[in-house]
Amino acid sequence: MLELKHVYTRYGKVECLKGISLQINRGEIVALLGANGAGKTTVLKTISGLIHPATGEVLLDGKSIVAKTPEEIVRLGIAHVPEGRKIFQRLNVLENLELGAFVRNDTHEIQKDLEQIFSIFPLLKRRLKQKAGTLSGGEQQMLAIGRGLMSRPSILLLDEPSLGLAPILVSSIFKMIDQVHQQGKTILLVEQNARMALKIASRAYVLEIGQIAMEGRAEDLQDNPVVQDAYLGGG
Amino acid sequence: MGPDFQLFLQQLLNGLTIGMVYALIALGYTMVYGIIQLINFAHGEIFMVGAYLGLTAIGIAALLGAAVPWWAVIIFVFLFAAAGSALLGGLIEKTAYKPLRGSPKLTALITSIGVSFFLQNAVMLIYGAREQNVPEILPAKQWDVAGISISLIQLVIFGVSVSLMVFLTWFIKNTRMGKAMRALSENPEAARLVGIPVNRVIRTTFMMGSALASVAGVLFALNYGSVNFHDGYLAGLKAFTAAVFGGIGSIPGAMLGGILLGVFEGLGAGYLSSEWKDVFAFLILVIVLIFKPSGMLGENVPEKV
Ligand SMILES: Nc1ncnc2c1ncn2[C@@H]1O[C@H](COP(=O)(O)OP(=O)(O)O)[C@@H](O)[C@H]1O
Ligand SMILES: [Mg+2]
Repeated sequence: MLELKHVYTRYGKVECLKGISLQINRGEIVALLGANGAGKTTVLKTISGLIHPATGEVLLDGKSIVAKTPEEIVRLGIAHVPEGRKIFQRLNVLENLELGAFVRNDTHEIQKDLEQIFSIFPLLKRRLKQKAGTLSGGEQQMLAIGRGLMSRPSILLLDEPSLGLAPILVSSIFKMIDQVHQQGKTILLVEQNARMALKIASRAYVLEIGQIAMEGRAEDLQDNPVVQDAYLGGG
Repeated sequence: MGPDFQLFLQQLLNGLTIGMVYALIALGYTMVYGIIQLINFAHGEIFMVGAYLGLTAIGIAALLGAAVPWWAVIIFVFLFAAAGSALLGGLIEKTAYKPLRGSPKLTALITSIGVSFFLQNAVMLIYGAREQNVPEILPAKQWDVAGISISLIQLVIFGVSVSLMVFLTWFIKNTRMGKAMRALSENPEAARLVGIPVNRVIRTTFMMGSALASVAGVLFALNYGSVNFHDGYLAGLKAFTAAVFGGIGSIPGAMLGGILLGVFEGLGAGYLSSEWKDVFAFLILVIVLIFKPSGMLGENVPEKV
Protein backbone atom coordinates (compact mmCIF):
# COMPACT_ATOMS: atom_id res chain seq x y z
CA MET A 1 0.00 0.00 0.00
CA LEU A 2 3.00 2.28 0.51
CA GLU A 3 5.76 2.33 -2.02
CA LEU A 4 8.96 4.31 -2.53
CA LYS A 5 10.46 4.32 -6.00
CA HIS A 6 14.02 5.46 -6.63
CA VAL A 7 13.87 8.16 -3.99
CA TYR A 8 16.77 10.61 -3.80
CA THR A 9 16.68 13.06 -0.90
CA ARG A 10 19.20 15.78 -0.23
CA TYR A 11 20.05 18.09 2.63
CA GLY A 12 21.39 21.05 0.72
CA LYS A 13 24.04 19.59 -1.53
CA VAL A 14 24.54 16.44 0.49
CA GLU A 15 22.75 13.49 -1.00
CA CYS A 16 21.39 11.44 1.85
CA LEU A 17 19.09 8.94 0.12
CA LYS A 18 20.51 7.57 -3.09
CA GLY A 19 17.76 5.79 -4.91
CA ILE A 20 15.65 4.08 -2.25
CA SER A 21 12.93 1.71 -3.39
CA LEU A 22 10.82 -0.15 -0.90
CA GLN A 23 7.35 -1.43 -0.45
CA ILE A 24 5.04 -2.06 2.47
CA ASN A 25 1.94 -4.18 2.11
CA ARG A 26 -1.25 -3.79 4.11
CA GLY A 27 -1.06 -5.44 7.50
CA GLU A 28 2.70 -5.92 7.55
CA ILE A 29 5.32 -4.87 10.02
CA VAL A 30 8.35 -3.96 7.96
CA ALA A 31 11.62 -3.20 9.71
CA LEU A 32 14.08 -0.68 8.36
CA LEU A 33 17.49 -1.37 9.85
CA GLY A 34 20.84 0.31 9.54
CA ALA A 35 23.65 2.00 11.39
CA ASN A 36 23.52 5.53 12.73
CA GLY A 37 23.52 8.01 9.87
CA ALA A 38 22.44 5.48 7.26
CA GLY A 39 19.40 7.58 6.37
CA LYS A 40 16.57 5.78 8.17
CA THR A 41 15.06 8.91 9.68
CA THR A 42 15.34 10.64 6.33
CA VAL A 43 13.28 7.86 4.73
CA LEU A 44 10.51 8.46 7.26
CA LYS A 45 10.68 12.24 6.87
CA THR A 46 10.43 11.82 3.13
CA ILE A 47 7.31 9.70 3.51
CA SER A 48 5.60 12.02 6.00
CA GLY A 49 6.31 15.12 3.94
CA LEU A 50 8.75 16.86 6.29
CA ILE A 51 11.25 16.73 3.45
CA HIS A 52 10.54 16.49 -0.24
CA PRO A 53 12.79 14.26 -2.31
CA ALA A 54 14.80 15.65 -5.20
CA THR A 55 13.53 12.89 -7.45
CA GLY A 56 11.59 9.69 -7.05
CA GLU A 57 8.08 8.75 -6.10
CA VAL A 58 6.23 8.03 -2.88
CA LEU A 59 2.99 6.24 -3.59
CA LEU A 60 0.13 5.55 -1.22
CA ASP A 61 -2.28 3.03 -2.67
CA GLY A 62 -0.84 3.84 -6.06
CA LYS A 63 -1.29 7.61 -5.76
CA SER A 64 1.64 9.98 -5.50
CA ILE A 65 1.94 11.82 -2.18
CA VAL A 66 5.36 13.19 -2.89
CA ALA A 67 4.35 16.85 -3.15
CA LYS A 68 1.95 16.87 -0.22
CA THR A 69 2.38 18.67 3.09
CA PRO A 70 2.70 16.78 6.38
CA GLU A 71 -0.82 17.93 7.25
CA GLU A 72 -2.25 16.42 4.06
CA ILE A 73 -0.30 13.22 4.59
CA VAL A 74 -1.63 12.76 8.14
CA ARG A 75 -5.11 13.21 6.75
CA LEU A 76 -4.40 10.46 4.22
CA GLY A 77 -3.68 8.05 7.06
CA ILE A 78 0.06 8.05 7.64
CA ALA A 79 1.28 8.89 11.14
CA HIS A 80 4.96 9.50 11.81
CA VAL A 81 6.13 8.97 15.40
CA PRO A 82 9.44 10.81 15.33
CA GLU A 83 12.83 9.86 16.67
CA GLY A 84 13.37 11.11 20.21
CA ARG A 85 9.57 11.02 20.80
CA LYS A 86 9.09 14.80 20.43
CA ILE A 87 6.06 14.87 22.65
CA PHE A 88 4.82 18.29 23.76
CA GLN A 89 6.51 18.38 27.14
CA ARG A 90 4.74 21.41 28.57
CA LEU A 91 1.33 20.07 27.63
CA ASN A 92 -0.38 17.39 29.63
CA VAL A 93 -0.87 13.83 28.48
CA LEU A 94 -4.47 14.31 27.42
CA GLU A 95 -3.62 17.45 25.45
CA ASN A 96 -0.87 15.58 23.63
CA LEU A 97 -3.32 12.87 22.66
CA GLU A 98 -5.94 15.42 21.60
CA LEU A 99 -3.38 17.13 19.39
CA GLY A 100 -2.72 13.78 17.78
CA ALA A 101 -6.32 13.93 16.58
CA PHE A 102 -5.93 17.52 15.35
CA VAL A 103 -6.96 16.71 11.79
CA ARG A 104 -10.15 14.97 12.88
CA ASN A 105 -13.48 16.28 14.08
CA ASP A 106 -15.45 13.11 14.74
CA THR A 107 -15.57 13.71 18.50
CA HIS A 108 -17.34 10.46 19.27
CA GLU A 109 -14.88 8.29 17.38
CA ILE A 110 -11.95 10.19 18.89
CA GLN A 111 -13.25 9.19 22.31
CA LYS A 112 -13.38 5.55 21.22
CA ASP A 113 -9.82 5.67 19.92
CA LEU A 114 -8.70 7.21 23.17
CA GLU A 115 -10.16 4.23 25.05
CA GLN A 116 -8.47 1.83 22.69
CA ILE A 117 -5.14 3.55 23.23
CA PHE A 118 -5.61 3.25 26.99
CA SER A 119 -6.23 -0.45 26.56
CA ILE A 120 -2.76 -0.78 25.03
CA PHE A 121 -1.06 1.83 27.24
CA PRO A 122 -2.97 1.72 30.56
CA LEU A 123 -0.25 3.79 32.23
CA LEU A 124 -1.24 6.83 30.19
CA LYS A 125 -4.77 6.81 31.53
CA ARG A 126 -3.49 7.34 35.06
CA ARG A 127 -1.38 10.29 33.98
CA LEU A 128 -3.86 12.26 31.88
CA LYS A 129 -3.46 15.57 33.69
CA GLN A 130 0.27 15.23 34.20
CA LYS A 131 2.67 17.31 32.18
CA ALA A 132 4.16 15.13 29.49
CA GLY A 133 7.67 16.34 30.30
CA THR A 134 7.44 14.70 33.72
CA LEU A 135 6.84 11.22 32.30
CA SER A 136 9.59 8.61 32.25
CA GLY A 137 11.28 7.75 28.97
CA GLY A 138 9.15 4.67 28.44
CA GLU A 139 5.94 6.53 29.20
CA GLN A 140 6.95 9.30 26.83
CA GLN A 141 7.44 6.73 24.08
CA MET A 142 3.99 5.28 24.81
CA LEU A 143 2.56 8.75 24.61
CA ALA A 144 4.33 9.43 21.33
CA ILE A 145 2.90 6.26 19.82
CA GLY A 146 -0.52 7.01 21.32
CA ARG A 147 -0.43 10.50 19.85
CA GLY A 148 0.41 9.01 16.47
CA LEU A 149 -2.50 6.57 16.73
CA MET A 150 -4.94 9.35 17.54
CA SER A 151 -4.98 10.46 13.92
CA ARG A 152 -6.40 6.98 13.19
CA PRO A 153 -3.72 6.17 10.65
CA SER A 154 -3.64 3.09 8.49
CA ILE A 155 0.16 3.24 8.44
CA LEU A 156 2.33 4.01 11.41
CA LEU A 157 5.95 5.08 10.93
CA LEU A 158 7.95 4.44 14.11
CA ASP A 159 11.42 5.93 14.41
CA GLU A 160 13.58 4.09 16.95
CA PRO A 161 10.91 3.56 19.61
CA SER A 162 13.35 1.67 21.81
CA LEU A 163 16.04 4.34 21.76
CA GLY A 164 17.37 5.13 25.22
CA LEU A 165 15.02 2.79 27.08
CA ALA A 166 16.02 0.32 29.77
CA PRO A 167 16.15 -3.29 28.52
CA ILE A 168 12.97 -4.39 30.35
CA LEU A 169 11.09 -1.46 28.87
CA VAL A 170 12.39 -2.27 25.41
CA SER A 171 10.65 -5.61 25.38
CA SER A 172 7.41 -4.18 26.71
CA ILE A 173 7.43 -1.42 24.09
CA PHE A 174 7.89 -4.07 21.40
CA LYS A 175 4.97 -6.04 22.87
CA MET A 176 2.84 -2.92 22.65
CA ILE A 177 3.89 -2.33 19.07
CA ASP A 178 2.87 -5.88 18.31
CA GLN A 179 -0.52 -5.19 19.92
CA VAL A 180 -0.96 -2.07 17.82
CA HIS A 181 -0.20 -4.19 14.79
CA GLN A 182 -2.78 -6.78 15.78
CA GLN A 183 -5.39 -4.04 15.97
CA GLY A 184 -4.96 -3.65 12.25
CA LYS A 185 -2.18 -1.14 11.71
CA THR A 186 0.48 -1.44 9.07
CA ILE A 187 3.85 -0.48 10.53
CA LEU A 188 7.19 0.69 9.18
CA LEU A 189 9.58 0.23 12.07
CA VAL A 190 12.96 1.95 12.07
CA GLU A 191 15.28 0.39 14.62
CA GLN A 192 18.87 0.02 15.64
CA ASN A 193 17.82 -2.83 17.87
CA ALA A 194 17.75 -5.25 14.95
CA ARG A 195 17.28 -8.33 17.10
CA MET A 196 13.98 -7.15 18.58
CA ALA A 197 12.78 -5.59 15.35
CA LEU A 198 13.32 -8.76 13.35
CA LYS A 199 11.32 -10.70 15.96
CA ILE A 200 8.11 -8.80 15.30
CA ALA A 201 8.63 -7.83 11.66
CA SER A 202 7.62 -9.95 8.72
CA ARG A 203 10.09 -8.37 6.32
CA ALA A 204 13.03 -6.03 6.62
CA TYR A 205 15.27 -3.71 4.63
CA VAL A 206 18.84 -2.90 5.59
CA LEU A 207 19.99 0.60 4.77
CA GLU A 208 23.64 1.48 4.27
CA ILE A 209 24.69 5.06 3.56
CA GLY A 210 21.55 5.95 1.73
CA GLN A 211 21.04 2.75 -0.22
CA ILE A 212 19.20 -0.48 0.37
CA ALA A 213 21.94 -3.02 1.01
CA MET A 214 19.70 -6.01 1.72
CA GLU A 215 16.09 -6.95 1.94
CA GLY A 216 14.16 -10.04 2.73
CA ARG A 217 11.95 -11.97 5.11
CA ALA A 218 12.75 -11.30 8.75
CA GLU A 219 13.64 -14.94 9.51
CA ASP A 220 16.05 -15.07 6.60
CA LEU A 221 17.79 -11.88 7.64
CA GLN A 222 18.03 -13.13 11.21
CA ASP A 223 19.95 -16.17 9.95
CA ASN A 224 22.05 -14.23 7.46
CA PRO A 225 25.69 -14.20 8.65
CA VAL A 226 26.33 -10.71 7.25
CA VAL A 227 23.39 -9.29 9.14
CA GLN A 228 24.37 -11.18 12.26
CA ASP A 229 27.85 -9.75 12.08
CA ALA A 230 26.91 -6.17 11.40
CA TYR A 231 23.63 -5.72 13.27
CA LEU A 232 23.11 -8.56 15.69
CA GLY A 233 26.43 -8.29 17.53
CA GLY A 234 27.86 -11.42 15.92
CA GLY A 235 24.66 -13.41 16.59
CA MET B 1 -3.46 57.23 56.73
CA GLY B 2 -0.52 59.56 56.33
CA PRO B 3 0.21 61.55 53.22
CA ASP B 4 3.32 59.47 52.60
CA PHE B 5 1.29 56.32 52.30
CA GLN B 6 -1.28 58.09 50.16
CA LEU B 7 1.40 59.19 47.75
CA PHE B 8 2.64 55.64 47.64
CA LEU B 9 -0.80 54.25 46.84
CA GLN B 10 -1.47 56.92 44.25
CA GLN B 11 1.77 56.20 42.43
CA LEU B 12 1.15 52.49 42.73
CA LEU B 13 -2.24 52.93 41.09
CA ASN B 14 -0.85 55.11 38.33
CA GLY B 15 1.92 52.59 37.77
CA LEU B 16 -0.51 49.69 37.62
CA THR B 17 -2.54 51.57 35.05
CA ILE B 18 0.33 52.12 32.65
CA GLY B 19 1.60 48.62 33.48
CA MET B 20 -1.62 47.15 32.10
CA VAL B 21 -0.95 48.91 28.81
CA TYR B 22 2.62 47.59 28.71
CA ALA B 23 1.36 44.11 29.48
CA LEU B 24 -1.09 44.16 26.57
CA ILE B 25 1.67 45.14 24.17
CA ALA B 26 4.18 42.73 25.71
CA LEU B 27 1.81 39.84 25.02
CA GLY B 28 2.21 40.29 21.28
CA TYR B 29 6.00 40.30 21.51
CA THR B 30 6.02 37.19 23.63
CA MET B 31 3.45 35.25 21.58
CA VAL B 32 5.22 35.88 18.30
CA TYR B 33 8.59 35.13 19.84
CA GLY B 34 7.23 31.93 21.36
CA ILE B 35 6.01 30.71 18.00
CA ILE B 36 8.67 31.76 15.50
CA GLN B 37 11.49 33.12 17.72
CA LEU B 38 11.22 36.50 16.06
CA ILE B 39 11.55 39.71 17.99
CA ASN B 40 9.06 41.68 15.97
CA PHE B 41 10.30 45.22 16.30
CA ALA B 42 7.36 46.48 14.27
CA HIS B 43 5.04 45.49 17.10
CA GLY B 44 5.36 48.85 18.87
CA GLU B 45 4.19 50.47 15.65
CA ILE B 46 1.05 48.34 15.65
CA PHE B 47 0.30 49.82 19.05
CA MET B 48 0.69 53.30 17.53
CA VAL B 49 -1.43 52.42 14.48
CA GLY B 50 -4.05 51.10 16.88
CA ALA B 51 -4.15 54.47 18.62
CA TYR B 52 -4.66 56.23 15.27
CA LEU B 53 -7.32 53.77 14.21
CA GLY B 54 -9.03 54.56 17.50
CA LEU B 55 -8.85 58.23 16.61
CA THR B 56 -10.43 57.52 13.25
CA ALA B 57 -13.16 55.47 14.89
CA ILE B 58 -13.89 58.33 17.28
CA GLY B 59 -14.24 60.55 14.23
CA ILE B 60 -16.67 58.13 12.63
CA ALA B 61 -18.66 57.85 15.83
CA ALA B 62 -18.85 61.64 16.07
CA LEU B 63 -20.60 61.73 12.69
CA LEU B 64 -23.42 59.76 14.27
CA GLY B 65 -24.06 62.58 16.69
CA ALA B 66 -24.51 62.74 20.41
CA ALA B 67 -27.28 60.15 20.53
CA VAL B 68 -24.83 57.31 21.11
CA PRO B 69 -23.91 56.67 24.77
CA TRP B 70 -20.20 56.92 25.64
CA TRP B 71 -19.78 53.24 26.43
CA ALA B 72 -21.14 52.26 23.01
CA VAL B 73 -18.66 54.64 21.38
CA ILE B 74 -15.86 53.09 23.39
CA ILE B 75 -16.82 49.58 22.37
CA PHE B 76 -17.00 50.61 18.73
CA VAL B 77 -13.60 52.32 18.95
CA PHE B 78 -11.97 49.23 20.44
CA LEU B 79 -13.50 46.87 17.92
CA PHE B 80 -12.58 49.11 15.01
CA ALA B 81 -8.97 49.48 16.12
CA ALA B 82 -8.59 45.80 17.00
CA ALA B 83 -10.05 44.57 13.72
CA GLY B 84 -7.99 47.01 11.66
CA SER B 85 -4.76 46.12 13.45
CA ALA B 86 -5.44 42.41 13.29
CA LEU B 87 -5.80 42.69 9.53
CA LEU B 88 -2.68 44.80 9.32
CA GLY B 89 -0.73 42.37 11.52
CA GLY B 90 -1.86 39.43 9.37
CA LEU B 91 -0.94 41.27 6.20
CA ILE B 92 2.51 42.15 7.51
CA GLU B 93 3.13 38.55 8.47
CA LYS B 94 2.05 37.37 5.06
CA THR B 95 4.02 39.84 3.01
CA ALA B 96 7.10 40.57 5.12
CA TYR B 97 7.83 37.57 7.37
CA LYS B 98 6.37 34.49 5.72
CA PRO B 99 8.66 34.68 2.70
CA LEU B 100 11.61 34.75 5.12
CA ARG B 101 10.71 31.61 6.97
CA GLY B 102 13.71 29.33 6.99
CA SER B 103 16.18 32.14 6.41
CA PRO B 104 18.47 33.32 9.23
CA LYS B 105 16.78 34.91 12.25
CA LEU B 106 18.68 38.13 11.71
CA THR B 107 17.05 38.64 8.31
CA ALA B 108 13.57 38.66 9.80
CA LEU B 109 14.73 40.86 12.66
CA ILE B 110 16.11 43.47 10.27
CA THR B 111 12.96 43.21 8.18
CA SER B 112 10.89 43.97 11.25
CA ILE B 113 12.88 47.15 11.79
CA GLY B 114 12.15 48.03 8.17
CA VAL B 115 8.45 47.38 8.65
CA SER B 116 8.60 49.60 11.71
CA PHE B 117 9.97 52.55 9.70
CA PHE B 118 7.44 51.89 6.98
CA LEU B 119 4.51 52.02 9.39
CA GLN B 120 5.77 55.20 11.08
CA ASN B 121 6.13 56.94 7.77
CA ALA B 122 2.82 55.68 6.44
CA VAL B 123 1.03 57.03 9.50
CA MET B 124 2.91 60.31 9.26
CA LEU B 125 1.80 60.71 5.65
CA ILE B 126 -1.79 59.77 6.33
CA TYR B 127 -2.40 61.60 9.59
CA GLY B 128 0.33 64.22 9.53
CA ALA B 129 3.47 64.65 11.55
CA ARG B 130 1.95 66.81 14.24
CA GLU B 131 0.61 65.46 17.49
CA GLN B 132 -3.12 64.82 17.25
CA ASN B 133 -5.54 65.53 20.03
CA VAL B 134 -7.84 62.72 21.03
CA PRO B 135 -11.37 63.98 21.72
CA GLU B 136 -12.63 63.16 25.18
CA ILE B 137 -15.20 60.50 24.70
CA LEU B 138 -15.24 59.40 28.32
CA PRO B 139 -17.05 61.52 30.89
CA ALA B 140 -14.33 63.22 32.97
CA LYS B 141 -15.34 61.34 36.08
CA GLN B 142 -13.04 61.00 38.99
CA TRP B 143 -13.49 59.43 42.41
CA ASP B 144 -11.74 60.07 45.65
CA VAL B 145 -11.14 56.89 47.61
CA ALA B 146 -9.36 57.52 50.90
CA GLY B 147 -7.43 60.39 49.43
CA ILE B 148 -6.45 58.56 46.26
CA SER B 149 -7.99 59.72 43.04
CA ILE B 150 -9.22 57.16 40.55
CA SER B 151 -10.44 58.29 37.15
CA LEU B 152 -12.95 56.64 34.87
CA ILE B 153 -10.27 56.08 32.23
CA GLN B 154 -8.20 54.23 34.80
CA LEU B 155 -11.14 51.97 35.55
CA VAL B 156 -11.65 51.38 31.84
CA ILE B 157 -7.97 50.51 31.43
CA PHE B 158 -8.18 48.02 34.29
CA GLY B 159 -11.45 46.50 33.16
CA VAL B 160 -10.49 46.10 29.52
CA SER B 161 -6.94 44.88 30.19
CA VAL B 162 -7.86 42.38 32.86
CA SER B 163 -10.72 41.00 30.74
CA LEU B 164 -8.45 40.58 27.75
CA MET B 165 -5.76 38.87 29.79
CA VAL B 166 -8.26 36.50 31.34
CA PHE B 167 -9.71 35.78 27.91
CA LEU B 168 -6.30 35.18 26.36
CA THR B 169 -5.29 32.83 29.16
CA TRP B 170 -8.50 30.87 28.68
CA PHE B 171 -8.08 30.86 24.92
CA ILE B 172 -4.51 29.52 25.01
CA LYS B 173 -5.40 26.89 27.54
CA ASN B 174 -8.66 25.58 26.18
CA THR B 175 -9.26 26.18 22.52
CA ARG B 176 -8.02 24.10 19.61
CA MET B 177 -6.13 27.08 18.23
CA GLY B 178 -4.63 27.80 21.66
CA LYS B 179 -3.37 24.24 21.99
CA ALA B 180 -1.99 24.39 18.48
CA MET B 181 -0.11 27.57 19.41
CA ARG B 182 1.42 25.94 22.47
CA ALA B 183 2.35 22.84 20.50
CA LEU B 184 3.93 24.85 17.72
CA SER B 185 5.91 27.01 20.10
CA GLU B 186 7.29 23.95 21.77
CA ASN B 187 8.10 21.68 18.88
CA PRO B 188 7.46 22.83 15.32
CA GLU B 189 8.37 19.51 13.74
CA ALA B 190 6.04 17.50 15.95
CA ALA B 191 3.36 20.12 15.40
CA ARG B 192 3.62 19.62 11.64
CA LEU B 193 3.55 15.86 12.07
CA VAL B 194 0.24 15.89 13.92
CA GLY B 195 -1.20 18.01 11.13
CA ILE B 196 -1.30 21.46 12.70
CA PRO B 197 -1.66 24.04 9.89
CA VAL B 198 1.48 25.91 10.83
CA ASN B 199 0.95 28.93 8.58
CA ARG B 200 -2.55 29.54 9.83
CA VAL B 201 -1.46 29.32 13.46
CA ILE B 202 1.38 31.78 12.90
CA ARG B 203 -0.96 34.17 11.11
CA THR B 204 -3.50 33.95 13.91
CA THR B 205 -0.80 34.64 16.48
CA PHE B 206 0.22 37.82 14.69
CA MET B 207 -3.40 38.90 14.38
CA MET B 208 -4.19 38.33 18.04
CA GLY B 209 -1.02 40.05 19.21
CA SER B 210 -1.79 43.00 16.96
CA ALA B 211 -5.34 43.28 18.20
CA LEU B 212 -4.11 43.35 21.80
CA ALA B 213 -1.50 46.00 21.00
CA SER B 214 -4.07 48.18 19.26
CA VAL B 215 -6.41 48.03 22.24
CA ALA B 216 -3.44 49.12 24.32
CA GLY B 217 -2.91 51.95 21.82
CA VAL B 218 -6.47 53.16 22.20
CA LEU B 219 -6.25 53.01 26.00
CA PHE B 220 -2.99 54.94 25.87
CA ALA B 221 -4.47 57.58 23.57
CA LEU B 222 -7.55 58.00 25.76
CA ASN B 223 -5.39 58.28 28.85
CA TYR B 224 -2.96 60.89 27.52
CA GLY B 225 -5.36 62.70 25.22
CA SER B 226 -2.98 62.83 22.28
CA VAL B 227 -1.15 60.61 19.82
CA ASN B 228 1.96 61.02 17.75
CA PHE B 229 3.36 58.86 14.97
CA HIS B 230 6.49 58.03 16.97
CA ASP B 231 4.64 57.02 20.14
CA GLY B 232 5.11 53.37 19.18
CA TYR B 233 8.85 53.49 19.58
CA LEU B 234 9.13 54.10 23.31
CA ALA B 235 6.05 52.11 24.26
CA GLY B 236 7.23 49.23 22.10
CA LEU B 237 10.68 49.24 23.63
CA LYS B 238 9.22 49.29 27.13
CA ALA B 239 6.80 46.49 26.35
CA PHE B 240 9.66 44.51 24.87
CA THR B 241 11.53 45.07 28.12
CA ALA B 242 8.48 43.85 30.00
CA ALA B 243 8.35 40.71 27.86
CA VAL B 244 12.03 39.97 28.47
CA PHE B 245 11.64 40.79 32.16
CA GLY B 246 8.78 38.32 32.46
CA GLY B 247 10.54 35.72 30.31
CA ILE B 248 10.21 36.05 26.57
CA GLY B 249 7.85 33.41 25.22
CA SER B 250 5.88 33.20 28.46
CA ILE B 251 2.37 34.62 28.43
CA PRO B 252 1.94 35.02 32.19
CA GLY B 253 5.48 36.40 32.16
CA ALA B 254 4.51 39.18 29.75
CA MET B 255 1.54 40.11 31.93
CA LEU B 256 3.59 40.13 35.12
CA GLY B 257 6.53 41.87 33.46
CA GLY B 258 4.33 44.62 32.05
CA ILE B 259 2.52 45.27 35.29
CA LEU B 260 5.71 45.29 37.37
CA LEU B 261 7.46 47.58 34.93
CA GLY B 262 4.55 50.00 35.17
CA VAL B 263 4.68 49.88 38.96
CA PHE B 264 8.44 50.52 39.03
CA GLU B 265 7.93 53.43 36.71
CA GLY B 266 5.08 54.85 38.77
CA LEU B 267 6.97 54.59 42.02
CA GLY B 268 10.17 55.81 40.43
CA ALA B 269 8.38 58.84 39.04
CA GLY B 270 6.82 59.54 42.44
CA TYR B 271 9.90 59.13 44.59
CA LEU B 272 12.88 59.82 42.40
CA SER B 273 12.14 61.95 39.41
CA SER B 274 9.55 61.74 36.70
CA GLU B 275 12.10 62.89 34.16
CA TRP B 276 14.02 59.70 34.73
CA LYS B 277 11.06 57.37 34.49
CA ASP B 278 11.84 56.24 30.95
CA VAL B 279 15.28 55.19 32.05
CA PHE B 280 14.01 52.58 34.52
CA ALA B 281 12.78 50.35 31.75
CA PHE B 282 16.19 50.17 30.15
CA LEU B 283 17.93 49.76 33.46
CA ILE B 284 15.70 46.75 34.08
CA LEU B 285 16.35 45.41 30.59
CA VAL B 286 20.10 45.57 31.07
CA ILE B 287 19.96 44.02 34.54
CA VAL B 288 17.70 41.19 33.43
CA LEU B 289 19.79 40.46 30.36
CA ILE B 290 22.94 40.28 32.46
CA PHE B 291 21.68 38.32 35.44
CA LYS B 292 18.66 36.34 34.30
CA PRO B 293 18.15 36.39 30.54
CA SER B 294 15.37 33.83 30.81
CA GLY B 295 13.35 36.35 32.84
CA MET B 296 11.06 35.75 35.79
CA LEU B 297 8.81 33.08 34.32
CA GLY B 298 10.84 31.99 31.32
CA GLU B 299 11.07 28.24 31.10
CA ASN B 300 14.49 26.74 30.84
CA VAL B 301 13.43 23.79 28.78
CA PRO B 302 16.49 21.77 27.80
CA GLU B 303 17.67 22.43 24.25
CA LYS B 304 15.72 20.33 21.78
CA VAL B 305 17.72 17.62 20.11
N1 LIG C 1 18.85 18.29 8.75
C1 LIG C 1 19.96 17.75 8.21
N2 LIG C 1 20.83 18.51 7.53
C2 LIG C 1 21.95 17.98 6.98
N3 LIG C 1 22.27 16.68 7.05
C3 LIG C 1 21.45 15.87 7.71
C4 LIG C 1 20.25 16.36 8.31
N4 LIG C 1 19.61 15.32 8.90
C5 LIG C 1 20.40 14.24 8.66
N5 LIG C 1 21.47 14.56 7.94
C6 LIG C 1 22.51 13.65 7.50
O1 LIG C 1 21.93 12.65 6.68
C7 LIG C 1 22.44 11.38 7.00
C8 LIG C 1 21.32 10.44 7.38
O2 LIG C 1 20.72 10.89 8.57
P1 LIG C 1 19.48 10.16 9.23
O3 LIG C 1 18.42 9.96 8.22
O4 LIG C 1 19.12 10.91 10.43
O5 LIG C 1 20.11 8.76 9.59
P2 LIG C 1 19.63 7.66 10.64
O6 LIG C 1 18.24 7.95 11.04
O7 LIG C 1 19.75 6.38 9.89
O8 LIG C 1 20.58 7.71 11.79
C9 LIG C 1 23.46 11.57 8.11
O9 LIG C 1 24.73 11.59 7.54
C10 LIG C 1 23.11 12.92 8.67
O10 LIG C 1 24.27 13.56 9.13
MG1 LIG D 1 17.52 8.36 12.86
